[in-house]
Amino acid sequence: MNAPVTSARTEIKQTTCYMCACRCGINVHVREGKVAYIEGNPDHPLNKGVICAKGASGIMKQYSPARLTRPLRRKQGAERGANEFEAISWEEAFAILEERLKKIRATDPKRFALFTGRDQMQALTGLFAKQFGTPNYAAHGGFCSVNMAAGLIYTIGGSFWEFGGPDLERAKLFVMIGTAEDHHSNPLKIAISRFKRQGGKFISINPVRTGYSAIADEWVPIKPGTDGALLLALIHELVKQGLYDRDFLVKYSNAAQLVNMDMNSTEYGMFVRAEVPVEEGCFDPQNKLWWDRHVDKAVVTHSDGVDPRLMGEFKLPDGTPVKPAFQLLTERVKNYTPEWAEDITGIPADTIRRLAHEMGVTARDQKIELPVAWTDIWGKDHETVTGNPVAFHAMRGLAAHSNGFHSIRALGILMSILGTIDRPGGFRHKAPFPRPIPPCAKTPRGPEAVQPGKPLDGMALGWPADPDDLFVDKENNPVRIDKGFSWEYPLSVHGLMHNVITNAWRGDPYKLDTLLIFMANMAWNSTMNTVEVRKMLNDKDDNGEFRIPFIAVCDAFQSEMVSYADLVLPDTTYLERYDVMSMLDRPISEYDGPVDSVRIPVVPPTGECKPFQEVLIELGSRLKLPAFAKPDGTRKFKDYPDFIINYEIEPGSGIGFLAGWRGKGGEKFMKGEPNPNQWEMYAKNNCVFHYELPKSFQYMRNWNKGYLEWAQRHRLTRYAEPILIHIYSDILQQFRLAAQGKTQGKQPPKHLRHRIETYFDPLPFYYEPLESQLTDKQKYPLNAVTQRPMAMYHSWDSQNAWLRQIHSHNFLYVNPLTARAQGIEDGDWMWVESMWGKVRCMCRYSEATEPGTVWTWNAIGKQSGAWNLEPGANESHKGFLLNHVISEELPPTADGEYLSNSDPVTGQAGWYDVRVRIYRAAEGEPQESYPQFNELKPVPGQLPRKRSWLAYVGGKIVGN
Amino acid sequence: MKTEFPNTETLHFPKSCLHCEDPPCVPVCPTGASYKRPEDGIVLVDYDKCIGCKYCSWACPYGVREIDEHQKVMKKCTLCVDRIYDATLPEERRKPACVLACPTNARLFGDVHDPDSEVSVAIRENGGYALMPEWGTKPANHYLPRRKQRIKIHTDELVRADNPLKKERAQPKPDIKEPSLDDVTSW
Repeated sequence: MNAPVTSARTEIKQTTCYMCACRCGINVHVREGKVAYIEGNPDHPLNKGVICAKGASGIMKQYSPARLTRPLRRKQGAERGANEFEAISWEEAFAILEERLKKIRATDPKRFALFTGRDQMQALTGLFAKQFGTPNYAAHGGFCSVNMAAGLIYTIGGSFWEFGGPDLERAKLFVMIGTAEDHHSNPLKIAISRFKRQGGKFISINPVRTGYSAIADEWVPIKPGTDGALLLALIHELVKQGLYDRDFLVKYSNAAQLVNMDMNSTEYGMFVRAEVPVEEGCFDPQNKLWWDRHVDKAVVTHSDGVDPRLMGEFKLPDGTPVKPAFQLLTERVKNYTPEWAEDITGIPADTIRRLAHEMGVTARDQKIELPVAWTDIWGKDHETVTGNPVAFHAMRGLAAHSNGFHSIRALGILMSILGTIDRPGGFRHKAPFPRPIPPCAKTPRGPEAVQPGKPLDGMALGWPADPDDLFVDKENNPVRIDKGFSWEYPLSVHGLMHNVITNAWRGDPYKLDTLLIFMANMAWNSTMNTVEVRKMLNDKDDNGEFRIPFIAVCDAFQSEMVSYADLVLPDTTYLERYDVMSMLDRPISEYDGPVDSVRIPVVPPTGECKPFQEVLIELGSRLKLPAFAKPDGTRKFKDYPDFIINYEIEPGSGIGFLAGWRGKGGEKFMKGEPNPNQWEMYAKNNCVFHYELPKSFQYMRNWNKGYLEWAQRHRLTRYAEPILIHIYSDILQQFRLAAQGKTQGKQPPKHLRHRIETYFDPLPFYYEPLESQLTDKQKYPLNAVTQRPMAMYHSWDSQNAWLRQIHSHNFLYVNPLTARAQGIEDGDWMWVESMWGKVRCMCRYSEATEPGTVWTWNAIGKQSGAWNLEPGANESHKGFLLNHVISEELPPTADGEYLSNSDPVTGQAGWYDVRVRIYRAAEGEPQESYPQFNELKPVPGQLPRKRSWLAYVGGKIVGN
Repeated sequence: MKTEFPNTETLHFPKSCLHCEDPPCVPVCPTGASYKRPEDGIVLVDYDKCIGCKYCSWACPYGVREIDEHQKVMKKCTLCVDRIYDATLPEERRKPACVLACPTNARLFGDVHDPDSEVSVAIRENGGYALMPEWGTKPANHYLPRRKQRIKIHTDELVRADNPLKKERAQPKPDIKEPSLDDVTSW
């Protein structure tokens, strides 16, 4: 037997992965100061020791030739995009920013904008922007999956991924819609495999069968953008058969609440309210009415012993006609038959009916009773918790459409009528969710909140509860550069990062001075309309001045966006810095309770790299922003770790970025005084804090007295009130009433009234995506979408020597029937063209693709020389970016108005709405992807490009 | 298996050395670099003896051997032989890295000669199969077939006495004045 390998020189350090947004625990083996090996941490609650290809390849990200190592300034006279920089010192970089930002803050803070990518530090970046006083802040959510957040949070008070998910431990049927890989990648893989081993049935609904769908028991191909039609038809069939959980709907949703049906009333479509004194300080007064089945009259909801009607129409004593919300839902879905949906979705009506029956019968007949006693918020004790074991998971496939908000509302309602919300085997919340519908955070309501020299009076992002919460001036003009929270996109709760550059370039609603972009590749894969947006970034006005006067970019890697910067700030990698996965942001909570975690550096920063957190704290101190500077102007925090320990959302509140080991000696959690040894305690505990709630607080949390009071005491929520599911959304109805001129408060401008009235429907409905409505579908008959491969996270890994061996270029996947109809053979060069642009790429036949859809892996194609890849690399010559055929705006209206290519409710970017046609590339055309761009040369401070041969032996890079 | 839309199966089929009981890559090796360890059956390459002639990669029907173009030696899966006997690791971590990493636990590790091991039970009870048995290589590594779960809903399962629709709608009742058999039948 071999002698054990001696590992005396190897140190094993715990931190948290960042090769995707999962945030698994990792053990990093460090030998002689170099990262030698990364493995999953077996003691971490999220991944329990497993690791994926991305996670294990973090080494090659650490030593990537794409890394930036010095602050850079664009060379005098160089064009933006030319990638010509000179190295400067950090002191110079800070001085440039300080001078600029001081001037902006003293005059008009909104002329500074900070937008960030998938950075996992939105609590800090948001705090910085608010303290600076600008409303122009958001992260990438608007172009990612805001429909998923807004659609479900406005319906069930929680959503998927960080906020909640399928309980596959107990589910019997699992339905996954519009998800490829990612979005809770490793934990979901672990859960799906266990679920399958326990004999559950896994159905995948997706235009393409990739990723998790490979192990689905049934694949249901669907046409992109038609999920809403399918979901409404499923609701139709479940209601028709009586396969809904009546008891659940009555007690835990607003389904039985009576809606005012008097068309002449200003309260039309709103819930009728009883004359009971409204309690102070609550968000959803429990003063609505039910129609008592037994005594046949209206009573206050949740009255003892009352069994209300869910259907029918009634008259109140004062003559007001009323209907239960559920009645309105049944009327809504009446014509959404499976046959109707078959034509739209391409799914046979019989299949839709069967799916509905499998869901409904499994939910009804395979009930779970857990011996967990709990008390509901109305004071009634329950001996058990019931579960209807049908679980769902959905992500960007539903969300990235301009009809996504209503599709996702329909999903929330489907999950609710099956009685699966926060119950075993169904959907389970994760702390800090559930939150009130909508959550309490609000933006300011007008431009007066933006004042020179002052923090923003409100949050840059919030959750409008009614039209008065919109962030517009007296003439209804947007206050934000992205027009978020305006009448164009009222519930744009994550902002619209995809329109920032175009709006700033056009000067609509106004011009910016300085745009600071952190870790988002807005000149490549993170923007729509790439070719034009790149021109805008470099465009000058008649005076020869840049239309966007100053662009600063912070990134660890030399992306295409970096080449457009005036100032480049080199960030560290995740292995070189402190980080928090905070309860104030998007933590990694589990179903059984809150979890947050940290990163602790395992190697020192490379070159002059500085974590963006330190940059913000330094800038905040120099600008003397109140959160970062003492009243005498000196800095409050030594550095980021010090800030994390000592910052409290309000002085003395005991609430900070980290929930674990608070209090002077680390004896408290969630809330408690700062603990000087907090980092050490995380370090000793696998970098993670996990509080397991008592069993009785783990379910039914929307209505669980114990949990809600616990959450209130620990300041997760302001209120301890029931969070009733919004089957019917009176919030949306208020916007519709405003559009109809029936309200006293803010009303939409004339040209948007019809839009608001149409899309702010209190019940979900199906409409064709906006871009499809405006496209000649004879000419562009196909849908085009992207998916993320298992081995890569967006564009992050097209620089990774190990992962590039799996994907170095992408194909357009086409069903052979569709391709042959155009004379395209497998492997041929071909064109994919939309009304916006065209791309030349290579075809790959795929039987796993719905024939009306073509698709590719997202963000493998690169500009030549980007990421410091060899100029002839496959990524730039065979790989391609589909973004070139996708627009950030809809065609201008007859009045010359530009609207974002987004969901009209939330501003979610409609990535997957694009329609295309395909044709074979002509003989003699270059066998190269199109469009091609200028070759980016290395910048000062970059590591040399990798040699032709590269290996990694015993923790050392060797090659020639 | 060729599948056509919409009856498409997407299959991820990882392939690595199967550590055959009778490995064809071993006898073809002119220097004895390619060998099978008698104590545990792991097939390995002794890099000090390998001359990079590639005979073994031609002999392997599974295509799992790759020449290292730089070091000019043949490389292959070692079943993490350095890991699985590493007494400095906790016992549950003494497994090949791929087994530990796999999020879906699709890979099992154990002794196929022990009839009671987890892997032997899985092969026996779940229809485990060897790749290309006709080559007579007797691979130690086996594959498990796909499992499909179906739900059968009988039409009468849709009918239930406690259908909640009953609470909403009074059963349809004809008007009392409508004609009935009772009115006209006199016997």
